[in-house]
Amino acid sequence: MDFNLAGVHWLSDLLLCTQPLPVPTIPTERQFYEENKPFTCLDGSSTIPFDRVNDDYCDCRDGSDEPGTAACPNGSFHCTNAGFRPTFIPSSRINDGICDCCDTTDEYNSGATCQNTCREMGRKERESLQIMAEITKEGFLLKQQLIHEAKRGQEDKQGKLTELQGSKKGLEEKVEALRTVKETAEDPEKEAKERHLKAWEEQKELIRMEKDKTRMAEAFLELDDDADGYVSVAELQSHLELDPDSDGSLSETETQGLLGGADKVDTSTFETVWSGIKDKYLSEVSQGQSEPPAPVETPQEEESRDFVSDHDSDHYPEDYAGEEDVEDDEEDDHEEEEEEEEKVPPTVQTPEKREDDEVSMPPYDTETQSLIDAAQKARDDFDEAERALREVDDQMKNLEKEIGFDFGPSAEFAYLYSQCYELSTSEYIYRLCPFNRVSQKPKFGGSETNLGLWGQWAGPEDNLYSVMKYDHGQGCWQGPNRSTTVKLTCGKETVVTSTSEPSRCEYLMEFTTPAVCQEPASLDEVLHGHTEL
Amino acid sequence: MGPLLVLWLAVFLSGTWAVDRGNFKTCDQSAFCKRQRALKPGQSPYRALLETLELTNTKLTLQLINDNNKVRLLLELYRLQGNMTRVKINELKPLKPRFEVPDVLINDPPTEPLSLLSQDENGVVLSLGADSQWLIVSAKPFRLDIMEGREVLLSLNSRGLLAFEHLRIRKDTISYKIKNKVYSAWENIKWVFSRLPKSSQVDPEGAEKKEETDAANEPAEGEVCVCVCTAKEDGMWEETFKSHTDNKPNGPSSISLDFSLPGVEHVYGIPEHADSLKLKTTDGGDPYRLFNLDVFQYELFNPMALYGAIPVMLSHSAQRTMGIFWLNAAETWVDISSNTAGKTVFGQMLDYVQGSSETPQTDVRWISESGIIDVFIMLGPTPTDVFSQYASLTGTQAFPPLSALAYHQCRWNYNDQEDVAAVDQGFDEHDIPYDFIWLDIEHTDGKRYFTWDPHKFPQPKDMLQGLVDKRRKMVTIVDPHIKVDSSYKIHNEIRSKGFYVKNKDGGDYEGWCWPGNSGYPDFTNPEMRAWWASMFAYDQYEGSMENMYTWNDMNEPSVFNGPEVTMHKDALHGNWENRDLHNLYGLYVQMATAEGLIERSGGVERPFVLTRAFFAGSQRYGAVWTGDNTAEWEHLKISIPMCLSLGLVGVSFCGADVGGFFKSPSTELLVRWYQTGAYQPFFRAHAHLDTPRREPWLFGPENTALIREAVRQRYALLPYWYQLFYHAHHSGQPVMRPLWVEYPQDTATFSMDDQFLLGEDLLVHPVTEEGGRGVTAYLPGKGEATALFCVLQVWFDVHTFQKHNGAQNLYIPVTISSIPVFQRGGSIIPRKARVRRSSSCMEHDPYTLFVALSPKRFAQGELYIDDGHTFNFDKQKQFIHRRLSFANKALSSRNLAPGSQFITPSWIEKIVILGASKPSKATLKTPDGKENLLEFEFDASMSVLTLRKPGVNAGVDWTVVLQ
Repeated sequence: MDFNLAGVHWLSDLLLCTQPLPVPTIPTERQFYEENKPFTCLDGSSTIPFDRVNDDYCDCRDGSDEPGTAACPNGSFHCTNAGFRPTFIPSSRINDGICDCCDTTDEYNSGATCQNTCREMGRKERESLQIMAEITKEGFLLKQQLIHEAKRGQEDKQGKLTELQGSKKGLEEKVEALRTVKETAEDPEKEAKERHLKAWEEQKELIRMEKDKTRMAEAFLELDDDADGYVSVAELQSHLELDPDSDGSLSETETQGLLGGADKVDTSTFETVWSGIKDKYLSEVSQGQSEPPAPVETPQEEESRDFVSDHDSDHYPEDYAGEEDVEDDEEDDHEEEEEEEEKVPPTVQTPEKREDDEVSMPPYDTETQSLIDAAQKARDDFDEAERALREVDDQMKNLEKEIGFDFGPSAEFAYLYSQCYELSTSEYIYRLCPFNRVSQKPKFGGSETNLGLWGQWAGPEDNLYSVMKYDHGQGCWQGPNRSTTVKLTCGKETVVTSTSEPSRCEYLMEFTTPAVCQEPASLDEVLHGHTEL
Repeated sequence: MGPLLVLWLAVFLSGTWAVDRGNFKTCDQSAFCKRQRALKPGQSPYRALLETLELTNTKLTLQLINDNNKVRLLLELYRLQGNMTRVKINELKPLKPRFEVPDVLINDPPTEPLSLLSQDENGVVLSLGADSQWLIVSAKPFRLDIMEGREVLLSLNSRGLLAFEHLRIRKDTISYKIKNKVYSAWENIKWVFSRLPKSSQVDPEGAEKKEETDAANEPAEGEVCVCVCTAKEDGMWEETFKSHTDNKPNGPSSISLDFSLPGVEHVYGIPEHADSLKLKTTDGGDPYRLFNLDVFQYELFNPMALYGAIPVMLSHSAQRTMGIFWLNAAETWVDISSNTAGKTVFGQMLDYVQGSSETPQTDVRWISESGIIDVFIMLGPTPTDVFSQYASLTGTQAFPPLSALAYHQCRWNYNDQEDVAAVDQGFDEHDIPYDFIWLDIEHTDGKRYFTWDPHKFPQPKDMLQGLVDKRRKMVTIVDPHIKVDSSYKIHNEIRSKGFYVKNKDGGDYEGWCWPGNSGYPDFTNPEMRAWWASMFAYDQYEGSMENMYTWNDMNEPSVFNGPEVTMHKDALHGNWENRDLHNLYGLYVQMATAEGLIERSGGVERPFVLTRAFFAGSQRYGAVWTGDNTAEWEHLKISIPMCLSLGLVGVSFCGADVGGFFKSPSTELLVRWYQTGAYQPFFRAHAHLDTPRREPWLFGPENTALIREAVRQRYALLPYWYQLFYHAHHSGQPVMRPLWVEYPQDTATFSMDDQFLLGEDLLVHPVTEEGGRGVTAYLPGKGEATALFCVLQVWFDVHTFQKHNGAQNLYIPVTISSIPVFQRGGSIIPRKARVRRSSSCMEHDPYTLFVALSPKRFAQGELYIDDGHTFNFDKQKQFIHRRLSFANKALSSRNLAPGSQFITPSWIEKIVILGASKPSKATLKTPDGKENLLEFEFDASMSVLTLRKPGVNAGVDWTVVLQ
């Protein structure tokens, strides 16, 4: 009962409609309110007789003459709240019919019936402080562990990075070495393949010439109707397809021209004539049927291999570098389809060609084949090494990113990295993946909504790491992009405790983690620091 | 949610951030308006049949005949008590009764006898009683002139635009048509017949009326068939707007009448429009439209219809103020033209110099789709007289609970009970007072009104009790669209009782609104209203408590998939079409709701109900707001003329959503809006669901302080607000007034709508410009009759007590901290300086009197006190009403209502006298004969005398004498 200042009538008799009641004032300023001596406003603005202190009329500009009434608009009232925490309330809350001070002292003349709840509140406060203190204590221990782990994790990562840097160097060297090996192996391969191809070309030419000769002989026999061993103008004239001016008739002169000016030619001279007419000449046997054009001499094997390898390169693992957007994937798929469509005709033509092309290139000889095999192996080894190098690069990048994250002053938040925490409400499942994203998924079907991507720490200056901000989530109709504020409080467990949407598309999440637990003051300190017992 | 979402998108994605004008009709798209407007003046076919004149004690009756079609009308003329004339015109023998608006007039207006002064074949002259006023009835063409002395005050049908489309049978009979023209219109005729209602084909009367054609579209002889061919185009029997077809089984029924106002250049009223206070001429544009509509993102400065309609227009000149009350609840259009509107100032001066000026004149024309002509001419002559006259017809402003005049915190939506508790706590933490927190549609269980969302508001009574503990209150929304859902009690009862509005085919009318498919209770049915009222009983409306009040939104009614987002005109309310009474629906909703709140308290407590739609008479049931405005400076600006216009026609309890409903205000706009809203009658912040939160403390400590200060100014002034509302309730005088109401001869004030008066003593000039560094306020007062003892009016800045002379434009530099407010010299305003967290907490607090002296050292004011929330002030005369006057260096308080009694613990804390000189002593004399010397302070620089603590009870006689 500290406000019972002996002999001081805090309410003057001038105060209307009230019974004089002791009214508390601020203990530290008590010395200024000295009975029966003129009172000087605390701001020094004026001095008034003491009977104007607490007389329910505001005389001091700073409100200091009415610590116990509602007369001053800027005044404040001190609730002692014995058993609980003392507090100041605006003096407008004195006698307003609402119990503000747990010791009921603010409602001394309003008719409000207030119960003194200070003891009860003090007890509850102590209990909750005790619980909180225990949580803080345990949480803080856990935090130390987290810091320790983070430190170790950080070291591990750093070590891993260093290790990777080492292996990267090795890999780079290996890649270079293998590149040389590959190039060295590819030269003889190329030569051998060219040699093989050339030989095959020559062989093909021979075959072609032989074929031509056979055809010439057949033609000669065919033309030489009278079997006199000469092809005459008359005998040739029936072959209208040879008409040089394509006017539909093969004149004698024209025919003579074909025969090199002679009236008739023998077999040997026919060779010269044949070279002039063979492209147009139609065998009398197959006359009317069009003979297919001379086959295009492309080594079939080569072509199909090219095709296959082209196709392969689309899926070559080097192209995969992490996840790609769904949209992009779709586009790729689409393109692929188109490509495949384009590629259909050659594969359809191939069998026709094969029919035609009775003779295919013979397999490589053993020597060439071994050179090719050797080169292929060198290529594979090289690709393998390059892939390994890329993998190491990726790992390093990820590690560097993780190491670069602001996980708090002692990296105590590092353990949250790449974790996700869920909270299920009646309608949604909320998912917080710290340092990554927040999302919401309807429980009963429907797609997930992005409520924000990791933005930054957003606590007040003195407690930056108490709030996380996730922004640039999915856009809202006629509104902002969704964003989420995550408030972190000390807890033994890492768990999302509540979510809400205080404003349209602005979400609030409560999240407990030991990582924000402050070093606990001793329990006694906590209790004594805040309460008057 | 699916269909609703689709609907929501369909309705609201239809435009950008502006009204989609295409959703709403122009006059050209409204068949009757187009027909009527096509009529040219000066060709009136109407003639008074003087031989039919009958004069009784209460009225004069006279038949009118349309010489074109021989249809007879019956004219009734009444001289009403209080200087009003009522003119009623109906068909003499309508085919079926035409709609006459019920429930708007508070009684059958008492009449005074008319006397016949003279009569000849050209007309009659009647005496209108006192003031040498005459009414001249001219026979051919028919017209009415109301005169005072030799001056014409107002003429009816002087331009010959009286047009009365009589009810008819759809009678395009074959013989009739073919006789006139054997015509290829055979197909048209068949078409016409195929649509004829069976009953009308056999009606004998129809066949007789041969020459009958549409009054508003008089075709020449021989072209009658054109009438058939164009019948569809004319929209006489059917019209289509967008995808909606309006069936008109009763055919054309519109009415029109013109009024000429000689000497008048300023007309006001006919809300609701987002337009300037002074109405504009409508030549070359659309008429002002009165048709209650839910207009999404309304546009400013145009005559489009909005949520409410009050068909009352005031005319004003330096000589006289009058009013025209067109009692018709159908869709109505008002054309205004003026013979001076087009003239430049120079042209007017030239006229003046040359003496050749014709008298300025304003011509007005009213057009309504159905019903009868029933018009009340309120002859003033002063603004106060017109307000009293109108109040005597439709009643006065409901006297709200005091707390309803305090600050309201609203948002679509406060999410759940925890949110409500947190916002409540936020106000206490930031020491900002508030009285009401509001819950919009999301608080319900699936938009089923009278229910609560079981997850978000599982314990409404706990929540309400939490507010009771803080002496605060809540408003929940109850809209008139009822979810069609067989598991919903309200729906089932309405359906089983047959209380729903019916569609043209007799089934329950259904439309889309927030809950999806909805029915619309027929509030025009008194049984329905009684049932609805009973639903507010504490045992019916589960979770409701004494401190929970009601908000009626969407009561135009809004029908998302209806024509112009409202109800089909051919929907049926009993025997009447929605066409006949559309504009009444919202009034009835609020009427039934207010009745429910009264009933639940056993008739003890005053209700508080906010409505969006309204009609003449709605003032009797509560407050209105200007609907879904936008967070833009222009919308802040328009809130002034919109509420002023409403105040002129009876609705004093008006406000605009503080901050703006759509979009998000800049911090500066929000602060300025709070400062303005604090000085407008209904003071509520509101925001759209999709806007970021904007509770007052979310914009940094400086802005929190600015908003706190604005709200505290409101609370300190609550005694004055309450007193103004008492007067509005008592006498129909508006709370928020245009300057011309108090300075009717000062022509400079006639078009002013960037500043306003509260009562007659406070002048407010809000800052409505972004980055505004100063405003030019007009301080009126050249020493007119209202300031009896003043030579020249003076005004005192309420923030600084600086004195300014009246009759000047004063540039006042402003900061962001406040807006200019002035107290009139000669007035006394009571305030409560101890602002607490709600108005209830301030109930017993002492008063501070601000006495602003006129140059003659005179001042007068009032003090009104009652319990703040019951009808006991009325039923048991439990109130204190005192006259405060300062004269001869003495300030005294005398009882103004000797028959009343009320005990208040409140006392007089302080008296601040502005414009005072320093006395040698101040003595307080109380009735018991005691005399006490009062201490005082005198600030010579501002001439402010502050008397310390008189301490007398506010309810007793006392005098303070200065020597």
